[in-house]
Amino acid sequence: MSVTLNHYLLASGLLFAIGFSGVLLRRNILTIFMCLELMLNAANLSLVAFSRFNLGPDGLPNYNAQILVFFIITVAAAEVAVGLAIIVALYRARQTTHVEDINSLKF
Amino acid sequence: MDPHLPWFVLLNPLLTAALIHLALRRAPAAATGLSVLSAVLGLITAIGIWFSGTPSAPIEISWIQLASLRIPIGLLVDPLSKVMLLVVTGVGALVHIYSTVYMAKDESKGRFFGNLSLFMFSMLGIVLANNFAMMFIFWELVGVSSYLLIGHWFTRDSAAAAANKAFLTNRIGDFGFMLGILLLWSASGTVVFPELAAKIGSLNLSAGFLTAAVLLVFCGAVGKSAQLPLHVWLPDAMEGPTPVSALIHAATMVAAGVYMLARISFLITLSPAAQSVIAWIGILTAVFAALLATQQDDIKRILAYSTLSQLGYMVSAIGLAAPGAAMFHLFTHAFFKALLFLGAGAIIHALHHEQNIWKMGGLAKSMRLTFLTFALGYLALIGCPGLSGFFSKDLILLAAWQQSKPVFALGLFTALLTAFYMTRLFVVVFLGQPRSAAAEHGHDGPVAMTAPLTLLALLSVVAGWPFIGHTLMGHDLAEGLHKIHAGGGAETVMSLATAAFFVGGAIALALYSKAKRDPLRIAPLQNKFYIDEIYAAFISATQDLLASVSNWIDRWILDGMLVRGLSGATWGTGFLLRFLQFGNLQAYAFLFGLGVVVLIYLMALR
Amino acid sequence: MSPLLFWIFAALMLVFGIGVIINRNPVASALSLVASFLCLAALFVGLNAYFIAVIQVLVYAGAVMVLFLFIIMLLDLREEQRRRFNLLAVAGGALVSLGFVAELVLVLRKFTLGQKPFAPIAQVDDVRQIGMTLFSTHNLPLQVTGVLILVATIGVVVLSKRDLK
Repeated sequence: MSVTLNHYLLASGLLFAIGFSGVLLRRNILTIFMCLELMLNAANLSLVAFSRFNLGPDGLPNYNAQILVFFIITVAAAEVAVGLAIIVALYRARQTTHVEDINSLKF
Repeated sequence: MDPHLPWFVLLNPLLTAALIHLALRRAPAAATGLSVLSAVLGLITAIGIWFSGTPSAPIEISWIQLASLRIPIGLLVDPLSKVMLLVVTGVGALVHIYSTVYMAKDESKGRFFGNLSLFMFSMLGIVLANNFAMMFIFWELVGVSSYLLIGHWFTRDSAAAAANKAFLTNRIGDFGFMLGILLLWSASGTVVFPELAAKIGSLNLSAGFLTAAVLLVFCGAVGKSAQLPLHVWLPDAMEGPTPVSALIHAATMVAAGVYMLARISFLITLSPAAQSVIAWIGILTAVFAALLATQQDDIKRILAYSTLSQLGYMVSAIGLAAPGAAMFHLFTHAFFKALLFLGAGAIIHALHHEQNIWKMGGLAKSMRLTFLTFALGYLALIGCPGLSGFFSKDLILLAAWQQSKPVFALGLFTALLTAFYMTRLFVVVFLGQPRSAAAEHGHDGPVAMTAPLTLLALLSVVAGWPFIGHTLMGHDLAEGLHKIHAGGGAETVMSLATAAFFVGGAIALALYSKAKRDPLRIAPLQNKFYIDEIYAAFISATQDLLASVSNWIDRWILDGMLVRGLSGATWGTGFLLRFLQFGNLQAYAFLFGLGVVVLIYLMALR
Repeated sequence: MSPLLFWIFAALMLVFGIGVIINRNPVASALSLVASFLCLAALFVGLNAYFIAVIQVLVYAGAVMVLFLFIIMLLDLREEQRRRFNLLAVAGGALVSLGFVAELVLVLRKFTLGQKPFAPIAQVDDVRQIGMTLFSTHNLPLQVTGVLILVATIGVVVLSKRDLK
């Protein structure tokens, strides 16, 4: 049985679901952050799979999708830097990295 | 004819008014001189226009041109406007001269003469306008200048109130006038009189439409010429200076309604229903005002009601399809009524602003010239055979006799009443003994006052003589008069009118020649049939009702529902929604994911 | 790429992904994440996207992971000892995740186009192709990304100052 586009998409979706479960289940904000990265990469996987699948008339992959992945990786890197800085600032103020302790924005 | 002449007549008072108001308010002597000069120049030009022929081409400047709407600034010079020009500039010039004496001690003479010139401009605009839109503009301008002049002594509450009353009452009529103009425009696509006259016959308009349009336009005349039921402002307008009463509220402005109706008589004849309404309103106003005049004590108010009554005659004549007769009476009335007002003004001036006739008396000896001229005006008004009023009133009565006997009966009764109340006025003021200290020191005014009186007295006598009057009126109008005269019943009507004159005069003479106080005390007549009170009660009731309704709306709907309801709803929604903010990050994420799952289900799988 | 390798790397990727969320120790989670990303990079290679695979390893497995580990160590985080998984959270997470996966399966069943095998591909110089596309068609977004990174850098510097108030 050969590997098809749907296999990649399924793998990507599963990875996304795992990442989302992590966001819901874990309480350590750092781990939640890692799970967010998992979800981003799940999206990257499906993009690259589509790129490979959707060959142009010259037999080349569609590089627009790969460029999009490139941008996602760039922005994700920036996001990680800022996000981690925020977590550090938060830790300094609250001495905790547990989301359940960070709930002052409510009625 | 040189087209510059009408332009000069129209614009020279405007220039004068502008100059006075902008530069000469603090230089009363210069303002007076300039204003009088401009009035006299206007009269001379008007005489020049009268002698020159009709212009070959329309005198017009294009002003508004929007699709089918064309409103020019145009001057219509025809026999009708020529005779009206003579009246307006003639009486205007005399009143200007007279005012130099009457207003000599007034503190704001500059303002007075500026406004007087402004009025001349507006009035001449009505006379010369060749289209409805332009006429309407000047119609309003006349209202404004009348407002300014009635309220000349605005520090007196009664004068300010009278000015407001005149303006507001006129607005009611003007609103109808405007609607009428719009109706006519919508049907014919033009507001220019000659074009309208040429077109209206071929439009096949329904009788109802025409009646509505004519009656709406007539509303304007009802307001301006103070016909029932909008007559209430004219007696109060006597709060203004007497020359103003003579010029505006006797000779010219109030006659503008009649003039306008004569101008559109081609329309009125198309609608018999509107004609009879106009005739009846006119004659009812005549009777009504004459009745009220019999019991007034203020000399100017008596004359004001008399004016109302005479205007009723003219309007009625329009309704009887005799615009020629209406214009003829307007023409003669302008002279003798201006004369009467100016005479009354001379008396008031001499008696230090005493207006109650019961505090006068015996003035025939001390004010000889005033007495003589006033007597001529009085006789002309009540239709003494041989004087101008006799001829013109006779023609209206004749037209009524030929077309509607009830109208004729009321007209004849009015003539009798006119003789009665004017004789009462005349006897009480001039004959007998002085009834107050002031009346003992009566004296004639200076030449600038007596000269206009004399001139007007002369005109009051001769203006009605057929060969003079008919010549001045021009061929077309005179033709209409001859037609009425030839219509039959002339002798009957003339003898009946003469009889009315004698009977009315004799009764008044018998009643009042020895009286110290008024022997008749008829409360409803003294109180003007309580019309003012009824209007006041009606208006205050309407106002109270409206006020309480709008108060309720404001309190419950605007404040209660909209303002407080909105803020309450916003607050309540916010109060409820804030419980959704439970501060748990992962619960938010859960809801978010649930939303995504549901969305995918709805979009891809359903 | 042979199907075998795909199955191996995909399975490893998912297993390490699960490892991220079930490890109590943040350091172990982070290392699982690195392993998962490396498997992902292998899948990229299988899709002939060599350039993406390389930057995936460099940026994610290298820079980003180092950053994560650095912060974990800096904050000296302990394991989550006291707290157990909240039953409600587990139920909710399972509901959403399983719902998502179920929907995905249903959608993919209907997506017949994706059930064909991949078409053969010419040997490509994809670094060159991506470079050409990036600097011609997508030049403006590239510049904007540069600005974004600058802004992020400044933001991080500001956030890291001790007195934030």
